[in-house]
Amino acid sequence: MLRFLNLTLGGIGTGVVYAAVALALVLIWRSTRIVNFAQGGMMMISTFVAWSVIDWTGSYWLGLAAALFAGLILGAVVERLVIRPVENAPPLNAVIVTLGLLVFLQAMAGMIWGGEPRSFPPAFGIVGFKLGDTRLLFSPSDLFAVLAVMVVMVLLGLVFQRTAIGLQMRAAAFAPEIARVLGVRVGRTLTLGWALAAVVGALAGVLVAPGSFVSPNAFDAILVFGFTAAVLGGLDSPAGAVVGGLILGLLLSYLAGYAGSDVVTLGALAILVSVLLIRPNGLFAGSRGRQI
Amino acid sequence: MTHVQESTKTSVPESTGTGVRGSTLLRHLAVGVVAVVVVLLLSTVLDPYRNLQLTNVAYLVCAAAGLSVLTGLSGQISLGQGALMAVGAYVTALLLQDGGWPLPLVLIIAVVVTALVGVLVGAAAARLRGPYLAGATLAFAIGLPALADYRGLASTLGGQNGLVVLSPAPPEWLAEVSFDRWQLGISTIAAAITLVLLGNLVHSRFGRCWRAVRDDEVAAQLAGLPVARLQIVAFVVSAACAGLGGALLAFVNGLAAPGAFPLTLSLQLLAAVVLGGLGTLPGAVYGSFLLVFLPTWSASLATRLDLSRDIYANLPLAVYGAVLVLVMLAFPSGVQGGISRLIRRIR
Repeated sequence: MLRFLNLTLGGIGTGVVYAAVALALVLIWRSTRIVNFAQGGMMMISTFVAWSVIDWTGSYWLGLAAALFAGLILGAVVERLVIRPVENAPPLNAVIVTLGLLVFLQAMAGMIWGGEPRSFPPAFGIVGFKLGDTRLLFSPSDLFAVLAVMVVMVLLGLVFQRTAIGLQMRAAAFAPEIARVLGVRVGRTLTLGWALAAVVGALAGVLVAPGSFVSPNAFDAILVFGFTAAVLGGLDSPAGAVVGGLILGLLLSYLAGYAGSDVVTLGALAILVSVLLIRPNGLFAGSRGRQI
Repeated sequence: MTHVQESTKTSVPESTGTGVRGSTLLRHLAVGVVAVVVVLLLSTVLDPYRNLQLTNVAYLVCAAAGLSVLTGLSGQISLGQGALMAVGAYVTALLLQDGGWPLPLVLIIAVVVTALVGVLVGAAAARLRGPYLAGATLAFAIGLPALADYRGLASTLGGQNGLVVLSPAPPEWLAEVSFDRWQLGISTIAAAITLVLLGNLVHSRFGRCWRAVRDDEVAAQLAGLPVARLQIVAFVVSAACAGLGGALLAFVNGLAAPGAFPLTLSLQLLAAVVLGGLGTLPGAVYGSFLLVFLPTWSASLATRLDLSRDIYANLPLAVYGAVLVLVMLAFPSGVQGGISRLIRRIR
């Protein structure tokens, strides 16, 4: 029972990070119909920036702020420079461009920070809370991760639902032509959307880094988990991405606990493929006509 | 559904005329035989290191050509080619462990097993499109090599260290041929056979049907083409090519280990075929040359400019990434598309 409780808590701790990565993918998919395979690389770069800042200043919080800022800039630059030209091209072109960007960012990180994995400090202690006289596998750092992701989600929800810029972003994603006619600077909202998504990704990177070390391709698997979570939730729905991330975190945690951690990526593959084959629009989608 | 290239049809030579030019099979066979003879003659004057590099080109050509046909003609992207190569490599390693099996038979079994895996992946892939397919094959590429570490299989597959492959020596009538030339010969012949077979497939009914499906899936379906079956066949063909590439890799390097098949390998293959021109077989050959020689050039450039190890070790990767982005943004038909356009203009 305690084992089950621990696996559940661990699943929630990792699940919120997958949820954040999924959210970053969903934000971009909604606005540009592109799955950003470079997300793993962008997360990795901003996490390395945080690592450097923490290394110089010794302050975790300065590092976190630097990572979020780096994500913001990187997202905007990437959208303007390489994504804009393929936004209206066949989908395969965008897929190849984002993959190229992933490889390029990994090479850049290798040149700047080297190939060896760096350990990354956690925000708070990593010793689990005590329940009675047993230690749970849920530490203050895990609690911080859960709270941080929840705060970001609430903030994003407020931005999208309650502000003028959020309304413009939703309009631009929903009907770009009409939004443009009504005076929305569609290009600018897309850039902003990519920047916001990259900030969420950067947060996920900093939160996951203490457990996985930071190296140029440390986040490949996290990207797969995030994509799986996004597909679970239906790629189109931010709320679905969050729920998908939590479900995936729990499933993979039980899988690792009861079947061994070697099969986690294969488990994610199995979950991804079964969802894609059985409910391609996600667990929560209604039925939808096929567009011709 | 999607077409990355500007036009494939124009890059396909007209098969009219008489004699050797008339028969696609004969023409491709002739080119293949000439290419093998040229490489074998070259191998007598090149030093062993160059021969090894050409051998690496040969096995990459097998995998890249299969990916080029899949993505360029059938319009399906696969990031799982590296993982499929791993399947071919491990089958080869396991079969050669016992010894006694003739090499051609081992290679054929590796191809067949990988093709069977390709049936499974292809059946799932035929229902997925664009980014979904890319994501699923990405998960496949990252998930499959982890199998080597799985408790139940680690003793058979050797875990992280992989399996040592006992590369068979040349037969007695070739006893005076050096080992590097023997490996180059086998790999070149295998690559040539792959290219000839794929060349014919591209010009066959299958090639035309794939292009129809790629350009407009709904129209192809309305015209009575079995879209899903065609896409599965394309996947199986590319898996078989990747399996052959992986089998040769294991035979040449003498090792099948999960570290040899990272996600980067799949992405490098994609960079090679995108640069060469998606759907063109000569393009797959240039691309494979780039994959092998770029790291060497980058190392020699680095020693001349006195760059640090981190820089030159990552320079090839940076180039692959930049190639993928820039080619897609600037000239989506790749090098071979550019050459075809140039030839047409000269004519």
